[in-house]
Amino acid sequence: MSLLEKVRPGRPAAPPGEPRPTGRRGGSIRAGDLVWRYLLLLAVLALTVGPFLWQLSTSLKGPTEDIYSSTPTFLPSHPTLHNYARVADTIPVWDYVLNSLKVATANVVTNCVGSALAGYALARLHYRGRRAATLVFVLAMLVPVEGIVIAQFTTMRELGLNNTLVGVVLPGAVGAMNVLLMRNAFRKLPYEIEEAAYVDGADVWQRFLRIALPAAKGTLAVVAIFAFMGAWDDFLWPLIVLSDPSKFTLTIGLNYLHGTFAGDERLVAAGTVIAVAPLIALFACLQRYFFRGVGEGAVKG
Amino acid sequence: MTTPTTPARVRRQLPTSPWLFAAPGLLVTGAFVLYPFVSTLINSFTDRRTLLPGRFVGLANFRELLHDDMFWTGLRNSTLYIVGVVPALVVLPLLLALLVQKNIPGITFFRAAFYTPVVASIVVVGLIWVWLLDERGLINSLLESVGIGRVGFLSDQWLLLLSAMTVTVWKGLGYYMIIYLAALANVPRELHEAAAVDGAGPVRRFLSVTVPAVRSTMVLVAALSSVAAFKVFSEVYLMAGPSGGPAGEDTTLVMLVQRTGTGLTGRVGYASALSVVVFAVTVVLMLLVLRADRREEP
Repeated sequence: MSLLEKVRPGRPAAPPGEPRPTGRRGGSIRAGDLVWRYLLLLAVLALTVGPFLWQLSTSLKGPTEDIYSSTPTFLPSHPTLHNYARVADTIPVWDYVLNSLKVATANVVTNCVGSALAGYALARLHYRGRRAATLVFVLAMLVPVEGIVIAQFTTMRELGLNNTLVGVVLPGAVGAMNVLLMRNAFRKLPYEIEEAAYVDGADVWQRFLRIALPAAKGTLAVVAIFAFMGAWDDFLWPLIVLSDPSKFTLTIGLNYLHGTFAGDERLVAAGTVIAVAPLIALFACLQRYFFRGVGEGAVKG
Repeated sequence: MTTPTTPARVRRQLPTSPWLFAAPGLLVTGAFVLYPFVSTLINSFTDRRTLLPGRFVGLANFRELLHDDMFWTGLRNSTLYIVGVVPALVVLPLLLALLVQKNIPGITFFRAAFYTPVVASIVVVGLIWVWLLDERGLINSLLESVGIGRVGFLSDQWLLLLSAMTVTVWKGLGYYMIIYLAALANVPRELHEAAAVDGAGPVRRFLSVTVPAVRSTMVLVAALSSVAAFKVFSEVYLMAGPSGGPAGEDTTLVMLVQRTGTGLTGRVGYASALSVVVFAVTVVLMLLVLRADRREEP
């Protein structure tokens, strides 16, 4: 902790080479601090990413390798993709991937369309009941999902939608949080632009589609990414609503794989790598949006 | 777009009722969030089962809760979870945010890497840690090689709960780190410089400049993490199994809700009463944390 604090925390945009106020310790400490900082960063890196790499390594180890050796080996001596093929023989893993992909894609589409429309209505349109409509979404955001899953389950039964992928998608189809994020994004746009369009004769759909939406596309991207991730990662709700193994999403399928074949860690490891690799790839490409979304969403949402 | 509005044009427009814009969102939220919320409250006073309509039974479900050992086990574990997880999630991500705050070469890589556990599905994370903490897993191999011997992280009731808490903290670090990063960006640099001129050391500056400046963010993190900790499900479910470990001793409240209320013979009424307890505690937690925030405000 004290090591960590040796480097004076400054704003990220601090101008480089600015003279320090006291020069108490001179410039050489600064270099030393930097070394400590990198050592700490590497230690945390090992703790956060290490477990994923260990899982990857396990998934690549061949059947003759001892994965339980008392002196752990980090690199497989005979790397093989055999375990990935065996996962597919054991559970219909590619069907599960497809199910997850369907659910996640549907979730992205419904959330983007639904929250953009509703957000625009809350931010820019005038009508009686606008405050009440806003309140609906605020209240919904405060309701903990864990407390209503049983009632959601019975609602799905009443609609005849339990044990379907539609049933998996529906409860989160338009997240209240996403609606409020879009509302905030639309509120930030200057009114003058829309007024100009209005004077030029643009109707509300044209103003929404051609002016407001393009200006809020950063927030829309955040909504899309989080909708995809949320659906791909969700566990509790699909576990409750899906009972037929052929309808399983990947997370539920993995839990099933773990339960059924707990004996062979290589298989479970290969399954988890299949589940996490696409997300890490997506995240690596879009990480700028992630950080913006988390910062904005969590602090202001 | 440049033609001025004429009455004829107005008539050709698409329907423009604002309610049409809000309708999809309102429908989904109403049908799948607010209606289930209300029906949870109502069901909690009935003996409804999955396939059978319920009768009004008054407070019978809540009275039964008081005599249900499993309920008290669940309440205990969910409460212990707050005690174990929240302090770590308030402090560690702040230290992590200070570590990655300065723009040094490669720092965006580290920030992204520290966020990876947040992105990964809880099922993946749970299974990775089950493998790491297994009787024959990596951590036990390492412990044995340094002469400590193997530890039953997943077989002992308390160690299992502690292991699950560790996983929750591990997965949450990156998320709260980002929240703290946003808060730290607003701390005036001059405060640190003034404190340094006054001769304050790094620890002193942390306690007297950084902590007060991000105090309201710490309260926010405490609120978010305590509510999440109380509702814990997946980590414990994956590590202890659906029945909650040895003799169900590691069951949490939400695990109990899931176990009681689902399936064809699910006791929807009783599970709803359990859910009402989850709501109530969640609301109380939020109010407590917010009140603590207001009282300390100068």
